[in-house]
Formats: sequence, C-alpha cells, structure tokens
Amino acid sequence: MIRAKSSQWITGLFLLLSGHAAFAGWGDLNMTRGVTEISREVYDLHMIIFGVCVLIGIVVFGVMIVSMLMHRKSLGAKPATFHENTRLEYLWTIIPIVILIGLAVPATGTLRAMYDAGESDLDIEVRGLQWKWQYTYLNEDPTREVKFVSNLLTPATEINNQADKGQFYLLEVDEPLVIPVNKRIRFLITSEDVIHAWWVPAFAVKKDAVPGFVHESWAIVEEPGVYRGQCAELCGKDHGFMPIVVHAVEQSEYETWLAGKQEEARLVYETVGKEWTKDELMATGEDVYARVCQTCHQANGQGIPPAFPSLVGTGLSVGPIDAHIDIVVNGKAGTAMQAFGSQLNPAELAAVITYERNAWGNDTGDVLQPSRVNEMLTGGQ
Amino acid sequence: MSAVIEEHHDDHHHGPDKGIMRWVLTTNHKDIGTLYLWFSFIMFLTGGVMALVIRAELFQPGLQLVQPEFFNQMTTMHGLIMVFGAVMPAFVGLANWLVPMMIGAPDMALPRMNNFSFWILPFAFAMLLSSLLMEGGAPNFGWTFYAPLSTDYGPPSTTFFIFGVHLMGISSIMGSINVIVTILNLRAPGMTLMKMPLFVWTWLITAYLLIAVMPVLAGVVTMMLMDIHFNTAFFNAGGGGDPVLFQHVFWFFGHPEVYIMILPAFGVVSAIIPTFARKRLFGYDSMVYATASIAFLSFIVWAHHMFTVGIPIAGELYFMYATMLIAVPTGVKVFNWVATMWQGSMTFETPMLFSIAFVILFTIGGFSGLMLAIVPADFQYHDTYFVVAHFHYVLVPGSVFSIMAAVYYWLPKWTGNMYNETLGKTHFWLSFIGVNITFFPQHFTGLAGMPRRIPDYALQFADYNMISSCGAFLFGFSQLLFLFIVIRTIKGGKKATDQVWEGAHGLEWTIPSPAPYHTFSTPPKDLSEAHG
Amino acid sequence: MSDTNSATHYEPYYVPHNSRLPIFASIGIFLTVFGIGHILNAMTAGTSGSLGVTILLIGGLVMGFTLFSWFAVVIRENHEKLYSDQMNRSYVWGMSWFIFSEVMFFAAFFGALFYVRVFVVDWLGGVGDRGPSGMLWPEYSPEWPMLNTPDEARFPGPESTIPPFQLPLLNTILLVTSSFTVTFAHHAIKEANRKKLIGWLGLTIALGLIFLFVQAYEYHHAYVDLGLTLGSGIYGTTFFMLTGFHGAHVTLGTIMLIVMFGRALKGHFSGDDCFGFEAAAWYWHFVDVVWLGLFVFVYVLGS
Ligand code: HEA
Ligand code: HEA
Ligand code: HEC
Ligand code: CUA
Ligand SMILES: [Cu+2]
Repeated sequence: MIRAKSSQWITGLFLLLSGHAAFAGWGDLNMTRGVTEISREVYDLHMIIFGVCVLIGIVVFGVMIVSMLMHRKSLGAKPATFHENTRLEYLWTIIPIVILIGLAVPATGTLRAMYDAGESDLDIEVRGLQWKWQYTYLNEDPTREVKFVSNLLTPATEINNQADKGQFYLLEVDEPLVIPVNKRIRFLITSEDVIHAWWVPAFAVKKDAVPGFVHESWAIVEEPGVYRGQCAELCGKDHGFMPIVVHAVEQSEYETWLAGKQEEARLVYETVGKEWTKDELMATGEDVYARVCQTCHQANGQGIPPAFPSLVGTGLSVGPIDAHIDIVVNGKAGTAMQAFGSQLNPAELAAVITYERNAWGNDTGDVLQPSRVNEMLTGGQ
Repeated sequence: MSAVIEEHHDDHHHGPDKGIMRWVLTTNHKDIGTLYLWFSFIMFLTGGVMALVIRAELFQPGLQLVQPEFFNQMTTMHGLIMVFGAVMPAFVGLANWLVPMMIGAPDMALPRMNNFSFWILPFAFAMLLSSLLMEGGAPNFGWTFYAPLSTDYGPPSTTFFIFGVHLMGISSIMGSINVIVTILNLRAPGMTLMKMPLFVWTWLITAYLLIAVMPVLAGVVTMMLMDIHFNTAFFNAGGGGDPVLFQHVFWFFGHPEVYIMILPAFGVVSAIIPTFARKRLFGYDSMVYATASIAFLSFIVWAHHMFTVGIPIAGELYFMYATMLIAVPTGVKVFNWVATMWQGSMTFETPMLFSIAFVILFTIGGFSGLMLAIVPADFQYHDTYFVVAHFHYVLVPGSVFSIMAAVYYWLPKWTGNMYNETLGKTHFWLSFIGVNITFFPQHFTGLAGMPRRIPDYALQFADYNMISSCGAFLFGFSQLLFLFIVIRTIKGGKKATDQVWEGAHGLEWTIPSPAPYHTFSTPPKDLSEAHG
Repeated sequence: MSDTNSATHYEPYYVPHNSRLPIFASIGIFLTVFGIGHILNAMTAGTSGSLGVTILLIGGLVMGFTLFSWFAVVIRENHEKLYSDQMNRSYVWGMSWFIFSEVMFFAAFFGALFYVRVFVVDWLGGVGDRGPSGMLWPEYSPEWPMLNTPDEARFPGPESTIPPFQLPLLNTILLVTSSFTVTFAHHAIKEANRKKLIGWLGLTIALGLIFLFVQAYEYHHAYVDLGLTLGSGIYGTTFFMLTGFHGAHVTLGTIMLIVMFGRALKGHFSGDDCFGFEAAAWYWHFVDVVWLGLFVFVYVLGS
C-alpha cells in the first residue's frame, strides 16, 4: 500500500520533470471549442484575451528581465536619478485603456448574442436537486410531458477504489438528457433546494439554478454526440458527484426516444394497479434505495447523523406507516429530505418504503402496495 | 488598574515587562505587531495543513483519505483561515510595527484598543476551529458561504461560525480605526501626506476599505443568523427574499476584501524595490492615485463573482466594464515598479527576490483576473480551477510573498540580527518553484473543465492534479525552513547596522537596530530621510 | 485634510504602559457571543439552553465591568490632565470612524430592502428580465408591501402594515426634537450653565425613552393584531430588522446619554473638555438620521 503510494508520487514527479511530452495534446489543456456557434465565439474570445495577456506579459517581463540582467550592481551599474516622467505615465495609462476597449467590444457582442434567446423550438425545465438533475420536457399538452431524474451512474466501488475506474468515471448518468440537433433548445433552470449550476462546456452554457427563481439559457447544438458536464456550484456533500450528460441526436431519433418515454410512463401507471409481492417490492426497493437514497442515508441505512438521520431501528421507518409515506412523498421543507413523490413513480415509492421497513433488521413485516401510494398522491393533491 | 501612570516623557525608561503577561497586557505597538505576526504564521500553517489535506485527497482520482463532507469542511476552513487568519493579521502586524516608525509617531494612537483588536482574534479562531469537533462538523459551505446552503442546510456549528465572523469584524474595524487615526493624527511635524512612505499610504486606504466593508460582512452574517434561527426570509424566495441577495451583500464585502489583501502588499513592494535598485521609487504620486483608484473601483465591481447567477444583461455589461478598468491603475503600479528597477543598481537579496517574484507572478494572476472579467469567457471559467489558479496567483505569490519579503526586509530592524542570506535564498527558490508547480497546472485543469470544491474528479484531470499536489507539499514544507530562519535570526546572528540595507531610506532606518522598545517619544526633527 | 492639524508643533502624547482592560474585554465578548450561540442553537434544536445562559451571564458581566472600568480609567486619565489636544483629536477621529462603520452596517440592511423592493418582488412574479420565475409561484402577484408571500404556508403574510402617519410620525417628532434638545445641552456646556445642561440632557433622555416605549408598543401591535412578524415574509423581515437594529442603537445611545447625565451631575465637562458628551451627542444624531431614513423608506414609501 505504502509502496504503491510512493511509486505514484514518483510518477508524479517524473511527469513533472518530463514536461508536457507525457500529456495528451493541447486540446486537453485548453478550453473546449464546443459544438454551438456561441461556444466557438466564446472560445475565440478566450484565445484573444489570452493572446493579449501573453503579449503584454512578454513586453513587461521582457523589460524587467533586461533590467535585471544589465542594471545590476555586480556589473558596476550606477543608479540613474530619474523618478518620474509625465509623458510616459500618461502613455501607460492610455494604452491599456485602448487595449481594454478593444477587448470589451467583441465581448459585448458575444454577450448580447448569448442573451438574445429568440423563439425556442423546445423548452426543457432543468431542476437541480441534492445531488441529481431532474429534466421536464415542457409541452403544450401536460399529459404528454416527459419528466425524469438523472443520477450519477458510477458505482461506489469505483469511487472507493475497489474497482477499476471506467472511461467516463464520474461523468456518466443513468438517464441522459436527450435533445435534437439544430433546434433552438431553451433551458429553464431552477432548483429544489440549494444553488446548483448547470454547466455543459461544449455548449458554453453555465447558469446557476437558484431555488425559487427560474433562469433561462439556450443552445443550438450543431453536431450529434454525447456531451458531458458537471454541477458548477458548491451544493453540499456530493457536489462533485452530480454530472450532466446530454445526448444530441437527429430529430427523427429524438422523436422515437420521446415516444418511447411516453410509452414508458403509461406502462408505469399500469403496474400501479397490480398487486406486488413482497419479494418484488424488496428487490425493486433495494434498487431504488441504492440509486436514490443511499447518498444520504448510506448503504447500511445508518445515515450520517446529525445531517442525515439513521433509518435503522428508530424514527419513522419503524413508526406509523402513514407518516413514513408522507415524509418520503412530500419531503421535509427546509431540509435535504426532498419530496420524492415527484421524482419516483408510485411503484418505486412503495418498493423503497417497503424496503426501508424490512431491511437492516427493521423487520416490521409491512408491505406497501403502489396503489395505496397512488391514492395518497392523487388524493393529497 | 495599575496605579502607575507615566507621563509619556518617561516612557523610554521602561523596557518591556517580563514573562507572559508582557504579551497579554501590552499596549506597545511593536509587541502587538509581533503578536499579530506570530498569530498569522500559526494560522498560515493551520490553513496550510488543510490545503495539504485537500491536495493529498486530490492527488489521484477516487476517494482515498477523506469523505466528501470532511473535504468540504477543509476547503471552507482553509479559505477562511488563510484569508482572515493568515493574510489579514499579517498585514495588521506589519502596520503595527511599521506605521508608527515610518511616520515618526510614539505608538499607535489608541494603544489599549490596539491590544483589544489583537486578543479578540485568538478567541475568534479558537471558536472557529473548535467547530471541527462539534456535532455535524465544521462549516462546509465554502468560504463564500452562499445561502441557502449555509442557512437552511448548514451544520449547527454555523451559528458559531457567524459569531466568529462578527468577532473578526470587530477586531478589523478597531484595528483600522487605529491605523487611520494614527496616520491622520500622529505624523511627525513636517510629515505631509505626500511625504509618507507608500506602505503608510496603502495602509491608510486599506483601513478605509476595511471600515467600509467589514460592517457589511457583519450585516450579511446577521441576516443569515436571523434566517436560521428566527424564520426571516432574506434569502428565501418563498418569503419574498432571494438567495442572490446574499451574494450581492457578500461580494460587496468580498471584492474590496481581496484588495484589502493586496494593497498593503503593494506598499511593501514599493518600499523594497527602490532599496535594492538603489533608486527612488518611480512615480510616487501616480502610485498614490493608482492605489486610491483601485480602492474606489473595488466598491463597484462586486458582481463579477456572480456573472452566472442570472443577472440582467445591463448589469453584466456594467460589471464587466468596471472590472476591466481596474487593470489600468494596477498596470500603472506594475509599470512604475519596472521603471524603478530600470537603470538602477540592483542587488538580489532575499527580500528583493521575493518582491520581483511578486511583480511577475501577481501580474500573471492579474492577467487571469482580467480574463475572468470578460463575461462570456467567465461563463466557461467560473467555478473551475481556473479561478482557483487566478486567486492563488494573486494571493500566494502575491500577498504571502510580499509578507515574506517584508519579514526578511525588516527582520534585521526588529531583531537587530541579520538572517542567513543563503538560507533565505534557498527558501525563496523552493517557494518560487513550489508555488508555480502547485498553481500553474490548475489553469489547465480549469480550462479543461474541472470544477472547484470537488473531492474527486474525472480521469482526464489526473496528471495535472498529481503535479499540483507534489508542488503543494514542496511549497508547504519549504515554509518550515522559513520558520527556522526566523527563529535563528531572533536568537542571534550577525549584528545589523542601523541602516541595514545600503539603499534603504525612511525614518525606520534612522533608529537603532534592534528598534528600541519606545521610538520617537519626541518626534524626529530631520525628515530628509522620510520619503519612501 | 490634516496637513494643518498633523501636529505642526510638538505635543506630549500619552501612551499607557500596559493594561488589563483589553484582555478582559476580549474574554468578555467571547463568552458573550459563545453563550448566545449556545442559546440560539438550543432554541432551534428545541433543547435546553441553560449552559448557554450561564456562559452569556458570565460574559455579559465581565464585559459590563470591563467597559465600565475602561471608561472610568479614561475619564480619570483625562482629569489628571494626561491628555493633550492631540490625544483628544485621536478620540474624535476614532469616534467619527466608528460611526461611519455603523453607517455601513445599516447600509447593508437598507441595501437589502432596496434590492428586494426594486427587483425581487417583481422577479418572483415573472416580471422583469430575470427569467420566468413566475411559473414557480402561480398564486403570487407582485406588490409592496408584500401581504401575500409566494409560499404562504411557510411565510404567512401580514394582514396589513403599520400606517406611517400615526405612531411612526410621533416617533419621528420625538427623535427630531431630541436632536435639538441634545444640542441645547451642548450649548449649555459651552455656556458653563450646569442647570441648563442637566435640564436639556434629562429631557433628551426622556424623549429617547418615550421613543423606545412607543416602538415597543408598535411591535406588540404588529405581532398581536396585524400578524406582522419576523416570519411573515420579506416585508416583516426587513421591517423588524431595520427598525429593530435602530431600536437597539437608540437603546445604546440612551444608555450613553444616561452615563453623560450622571457625569454632568458629578460636575464633569467644561467648555473645552467635553468629548465624552460630544461623542454621545454625535451618536444620538446618527441614530436620528437613520430614523429619518427608516421613516421615509420603511414606513412612508413602504405602505
Ligand atoms: C489579492 C487578491 C485578488 C486580486 C488582487 C484580484 C485581482 C483581480 N481579480 Fe480576482 N479574485 C480573488 C482575489 C483577487 N483578485 C479571489 C480570492 C477570487 C475568488 C473568490 C471565490 O470565488 O472564492 C477572485 C475571483 C475573481 C473573479 C470571479 C471569477 C469567477 O468566480 O468566475 C473575477 C472576475 O472578474 C476576478 C477578476 C479580477 C481582476 C480583473 C483583478 C484585477 O485587479 C487584476 C489587475 C491586474 C492586472 C491586469 C495585471 C497588471 C496590469 C498590467 C501589466 C497592465 C496592462 C494589462 C492589461 C491592459 C490587460 N477575480
Ligand atoms: C491567502 C489565502 C490563501 C493561501 C495562502 C492559500 C494557500 C494554498 N491553497 Fe488555497 N484557497 C484560498 C486561499 C488561500 N490558499 C481560498 C480563499 C480558497 C477557496 C476556498 C473555497 O472554495 O471556499 C482556496 C482553495 C484552495 C483549493 C481549492 C479547493 C477546492 O476548490 O476544492 C486548493 C486546491 O489545491 C488550495 C490549495 C492551496 C495550497 C496548496 C496552498 C499553499 O500555499 C499552502 C502552503 C502549505 C503550507 C503553508 C503548510 C505548511 C505546514 C506544514 C509543512 C506542516 C507543519 C506542521 C506543523 C508545524 C504542525 N486552496
Ligand atoms: C439529499 C439527501 C437525502 C436523500 C437523497 C434522501 N433523504 Fe431521507 N432524509 C434526509 C434528511 C436530511 C432527513 C431528515 C429530515 C429532518 O430534519 O427531519 C431525512 C429523513 C428521512 C426519513 C425520516 C427519518 C426519521 O425517522 O425522521 C425517512 C423515512 C427518509 N428520509 C427516507 C428516505 C428515502 C426513502 C429516500 C430515497 C427515496 C431518501 N430518504 C432520500 C435526506 C435525504
Ligand atoms: Cu449541485 Cu453542485
Ligand atoms: Cu472580485
């Protein structure tokens, strides 16, 4: 173990000494150019400012270095006596101003273009939750609305170094956002709890998701592909584990996907009516728990008190079932416990609650049917 | 109270008291300066150890050492401790030591309050650090403690964090009132404002910044306190408030705060470069005006930290233009330093090396700052390691290097002994190399898309993080050498002359080394040496 | 400015050798806030805060005694003629910049009020250019004062607000008058007329106390009759925080004036040596000016 560590440190030092050669190309060092017109404009802007800074740097540091080399006492330099020069001082006040104006002009242009939202082809609500994203495809017809939650897919074993890390370590999700290419997509960004920020570098879109407010952003993606990003505002414990994956696909493919999603939603409602066995519920529940609840309440249900309470042997999980359903469905305002009623379907809710009440020695024996949860959901509204 | 009340005339008959009570009860500006400086160094090591925890965790992808919640506590405490515990007190310490000696004053204007300002700090930081042991852990919402993460979702220790900030604020406000009053009221006869050394000027302006913004910080944490405990709605949209309001108020404090951490550094460097170039400071007047302009501008640019927060376009444009403007007066300063070096007769003792490194590396940090000011580009840079690289370049080889330069420069005056030049240069080169290895690669990881404040990252960022971590340990451990050099110099060494440095000018160099416990009990008559 | 007053001639400057006051003050202030922290956390967690109360009591006592001795020492030193004009100028500057810092503290809260009024109220209703936030709060419509909050369940809005031209107007008159009376008291010092000083100063204190009483009455009315509370949304929040901090400052100012009253009775102050009094008077004027701001922006324009 120790040896493995130290050899890594040595690798680090080696990489350092060998300079850039050991690294991937320039692309990995620099801002991505992206796949929207805006993102390319931003990239160009970035390169311009960078270039200007390098040039000024060369001049300023150049003068310094010449001075350090030539005007040193050891070479017998005698100090000059000048200590001001009004012309020079004006000059080096005015030149930077001119340069700055030169930079401000294109920056203003790009910014205006970014703020000019125009008529959108598709509106998607992007909602940040501790620590996942929920996407809703807003539709004229609310019954055809598609809505799902996108969770981190990377397993805990990879994070805890018990398994090899995959290629898209930490940048993979169970359900990516799917959008058509060459369409103007409007993102309506908001949050359920704390501030998050929705950032996809390839679109040059980064917008804070502020609870209680909706912020707009938009993109026209020109190339089909998979684009990855991350939450870019500290939002608590798993801020680093809240990736964004967007699939940009051709229009026809998008429509097939959308139809599939709508069909899926319909199927879910069919399962609600049916009677589930305890084993089915426990299996689904374990699954849902691992996917959704585990980040806070931990795999063993012990939580991380006092921030995240334990679900084992105490509290609502072994108490009256109605209160238990209530907190899972409606959450608790002002705490990290979210209203899962809008994120999970009745079957999943019933399953996870059943699981909680029977796992980790919480042997209440209770079995909760999805139909019961559905009643609460629809009746409660 | 002691019944002994001395007339100031007798003061120079009194040396320091013996024992620990000397430090607890002292009203002497030099003692208090020393207290501040040691306190700051301890905090620097504490915050530094936290940085090393961060860097060790980020050495490679995956979670190795710490869990995410503890990582967030480390980031938060590291930022808070470095800013409020290390850099700010260090500059106050320098002001205490130097301002009275530079303007020919017998002491600080309000000596008892001076002691009060200092002794609040150990309590405040003890309280802050003790939160690491509290149930729920230390604050974990970043040094910027954005609501509602800090209000609705913060740990119970948030309350103590808030009161800690109040205490630091009280300390800073009293400290800066003292500085202002000393400078305005206690200058030796004939020491006009435009004859003051630049360090004094920069501190005068810094003190104004402090008095103007620390109360605003106190205000914003008070709003938090009310939101947490009294159900008010400042930062809650449900009650008609706005989480973004928090950010506006915080950054109205926060942006001037970063200049609070750099203006005194400008003053230090403006004292050191002329000495070792053996040439008067170029453009003294424009230096003063530039400092004042930077301070003024710092009040009207705060929202450049919030470009992605959904500000209407007019606001974005205004804050972009205003922010860019700061490059102009800052440029004036940089050009003046270069012009001071030009055609000088330079030698490169340790303070000069640190100062030159300051000019170059701070400028690099300034350049990345300018890049951040360009709104569309900031959409890509914001909350990535590019920002981390930016502010560490202005803070570590900026503020921290200037503090080290100041310590090397004035240490012979303070202790009467010369430090060991070879060791000093070794310390410099280790720090210089270490700092660049640590923070330069962070520009690349940031541009490539690595967000800040994350305990784990995607694989493509691995190489540069590894380098950065190696650099952090190199830089960190080099500071133990600094500690060693300073202690050795205090203990003994070659005796320093009164002027210490061949090219040094200013009143502090006219008094003996080590500086007597009381200086200028009667103001100096001859001010020909006064000009910085 | 001070090129002229930067001691063109040499004056002795009193530097105390050492002092026990500051360390006690540091301990006192630390215990005070530590105690309050415990009490607040216990309150919010619903547990017993008795430990906090004890700490707060000790801290408060230490702080109180220290401040008392501190002022006593300064007054004594002044009487012993240890202070030169230059020393007094230091106190003048010190007090002025302290008041400036207080101004900035209030500025933060006024800033919050303006920001909410001018922007947030509309934005939440989807008006203005910060996105269609109205879609989250279909029931809410922008208005000020905000009687219906976006989330009525968590922040039930007030029934109505305090009408400005009744009690608040009375309070305005009280405070403005007290600013005059305190000035008359100052003149009395200059004229070395102690009777007059005591009379005017006593009247000022009385006005301050009546002001506080009216304020307390108004708070009671707001809480009990109007449902206007700290928790009734941003209107209540800004209303109570601004007027509450102001009230706290009036309280402090009144205490300062009472101390000055005591000193006046003991025969302190003379025409050229009354800085303590002047400091308290400036503070009083500052509190008055803040009130005028409150009256205009919170009460008149707020209803
Ligand atoms: C000492 C501290 C310090 C200093 C001096 C600065 C200086 C500057 N900073 Fe920095 N900054 C921070 C500390 C500091 N900053 C910190 C701590 C943060 C992050 C806070 C957080 O989120 O945690 C931050 C973040 C930050 C941001 C927000 C980034 C983001 O979160 O998205 C921005 C954006 O505009 C910015 C800009 C600037 C600018 C324009 C300057 C300018 O003052 C720089 C001016 C200097 C120069 C430009 C170089 C010299 C000039 C010349 C040689 C003249 C010619 C040059 C030109 C014409 C280009 N800074
Ligand atoms: C003046 C301010 C200052 C200074 C000096 C530093 C110094 C350093 N900082 Fe810090 N940093 C900040 C201010 C500062 N930082 C701020 C404001 C943030 C933002 C926080 C936030 O996001 O909220 C930040 C965030 C920050 C991050 C990003 C964390 C994240 O986003 O997740 C990183 C990561 O590399 C980092 C690294 C370092 C390192 C390696 C140093 C090095 O310079 C440290 C050098 C190390 C030492 C000095 C240690 C020496 C000690 C020893 C060798 C042990 C001796 C032991 C005994 C004597 C017992 N800092
Ligand atoms: C983002 C963090 C988070 C997630 C994810 C989360 N919870 Fe919670 N949960 C909390 C917090 C915080 C509380 C404590 C709320 C309070 O203060 O009462 C809580 C409380 C609970 C309680 C009540 C415990 C008690 O006895 O009082 C139950 C039951 C519960 N959660 C179940 C779940 C289930 C089921 C899921 C997944 C579908 C889940 N939680 C996901 C944070 C979370
Ligand atoms: Cu969500 Cu960070
Ligand atoms: Cu800034």
